Amino acid sequence: MSHPGVVESSTFCLPVHNIDTDQIIPGQFLTTTEREGLGRFCFYSWRFDESGNERPDNPLKAFDSVSQQVLVAGSNFGCGSSREHAPWALLDFGFRAVISSQFADIFRNNSLKNGLLPVQVDESVADHLLENPGLSVRIDISSHTLSVEGLGDIEFSLDPFSAYCLTRGIDQLDFLLENEPEITDFEQG
Amino acid sequence: MSEPSQPATTLFEKVWQRHLVREESARTPAILYIDLQLLHEVTSPQAFDELKRRGLKVRRPDRCLATIDHSTPTTPPDSDGVYHYHTPEAKAQVDMLHVNCAENGIELHGWDSPHRGIVHVMGPEMGATQPGMTIVCGDSHTATHGAFGALAFGIGTTEVGHVLATQCLLQSRPKTLGIRIEGSLKKGVGAKDVILHVIGAIGVDGGTGSVIEYFGSTVSAMDMESRMTMCNMSIECGAKAGMVAPDETTFAYLKGRPLAPRGEDWAAAVEDWKTLKTDPGARYDRLVEIDATKIEPSVTWGINPGMVIAIDDAIPSGADHSTLDALNYMQFEGGSEMAGQPVDVVFIGSCTNSRLRDLREAAELMKGRKVASGTRMLVVPGSEATRKEAEAEGLDRIFLQAGAEWREPGCSMCLAMNGDSAGPGDLVVSTSNRNFKGRQGRGARTILASPLTAAASAIAGRVTNPLEFMEAES
Repeated sequence: MSHPGVVESSTFCLPVHNIDTDQIIPGQFLTTTEREGLGRFCFYSWRFDESGNERPDNPLKAFDSVSQQVLVAGSNFGCGSSREHAPWALLDFGFRAVISSQFADIFRNNSLKNGLLPVQVDESVADHLLENPGLSVRIDISSHTLSVEGLGDIEFSLDPFSAYCLTRGIDQLDFLLENEPEITDFEQG
Repeated sequence: MSEPSQPATTLFEKVWQRHLVREESARTPAILYIDLQLLHEVTSPQAFDELKRRGLKVRRPDRCLATIDHSTPTTPPDSDGVYHYHTPEAKAQVDMLHVNCAENGIELHGWDSPHRGIVHVMGPEMGATQPGMTIVCGDSHTATHGAFGALAFGIGTTEVGHVLATQCLLQSRPKTLGIRIEGSLKKGVGAKDVILHVIGAIGVDGGTGSVIEYFGSTVSAMDMESRMTMCNMSIECGAKAGMVAPDETTFAYLKGRPLAPRGEDWAAAVEDWKTLKTDPGARYDRLVEIDATKIEPSVTWGINPGMVIAIDDAIPSGADHSTLDALNYMQFEGGSEMAGQPVDVVFIGSCTNSRLRDLREAAELMKGRKVASGTRMLVVPGSEATRKEAEAEGLDRIFLQAGAEWREPGCSMCLAMNGDSAGPGDLVVSTSNRNFKGRQGRGARTILASPLTAAASAIAGRVTNPLEFMEAES
């Protein structure tokens, strides 16, 4: 399945640094053996109280999955556990991309494997987005460009191989499997 | 006469270079061969499903080693020998790992294995973890195994599938971060205090994109269990991995373990392992120097592992959002004393601090003393092997007589997904690795600390510098 290559949406902002994967999906939901349907647990403890009722201070109360597919968050987004359930939950909740001034390595990696775009930008750009929630943005994978309403085009870095695979619909496991002879040579070396 | 000069390289570069099936190019990442994949029940089911869906086989079942640890109960089985899981889903997840391992010929250390335990405790105990290896696991604390001079790191479930199918990963070369730690540790200060201090110094994202090598006189003097504690928390500053060059301490630990090389193979392996060190003159992308003589018993005060203070310091005050958010969640007043905060729960366990050395330290301090009334203490050994050794030494009796709970091995209250959890608002002094909001139970407030600090805090019922119970004994 190839990624359309472009995400155009309004932003939804969570102006918090170091949002860890335990916040994105708490450990209690990791007993699943599926990867689907995890959106209901996304930011669970931020959205619901102990009895499962919506919290009055739920920071995602106003989130609209149709018009707000780009999450903007503070730096070091996705730190902590390696759980791929985090990008699975974010995607199922409705996000297609996350913008931050820094991503944790494993989260970034897991996201790219699932078509959730981690868009890393300078702190000044992230700050501007966080200070102006709801801006219209356009993310173009092939040109590595983030276009922000009122700010113009900003280049962001994205692992070129992952970008290539995403837009061409190339599966990374298939790519690895094509190297079978070299792997066998290595094992026999 | 001189040998043709080889460029000076770091330990990481040596291990990386040895495992390149294909070099990185401008357009494609490197293909890195993985010597060992460790598996557990939580992050593997979707990977096995994916292989099944594609009709792929596990390429090298002999390079996989599985155990059950995250979802498993730590309470003993009932009189019929049946273990009672927290939820039916938890049991289903463990059952699925049994099926997946059986179908694919993978060695699984389940309920009946004397080696069952936390994946990062039992792997080294079995001798599966060896210098120079590449080791992965769907678990961010895989860096633990770097204590042996292995390149070990956590991966997501999709990549677990990649390794199952091809024994390889696509990787871009990380940067290197050298952390030189010099000097003798003060009394009451151990590896946990050192790594908390390091994370506090470089920040919760200070290692992002890097592989750390820990070295210096402090590290050389550490036993393997201490080095594992230190490497384990490398991910808590964002690092991909943490490594320590193998030395005589490493070899002595490994010798005779079930999966370690034997006979002539052993001698050859040690000769090779001795070459796994950073050459004089090799450069790290970044170097950090730590004076170990200045490190005090250290604890976290906030909601990420970079929020660290010496135990006798005041809790920071600040008006920035992160500090206010942390103080608010922790119900602490900025500027107040950390020592003396009333403690509801003490947890000794996790892949950071559940090994024999940790249990011995805590037990020695607790011997003949009682857990304070109103404080609950849970001691969870890291593996069956550790549990048996501890019981043979009578450590279990010391904990039980003190009024603590002595459990079966598992991840337990570190991430509280098996039913072992703290209540809302409980202040937990924990030897685990993460103090994120709700990590140990919804609303639970975590203070990360060493086994000594945890034991002292259990006795006092308050956050307590272990020296208060150690001075008299010196």
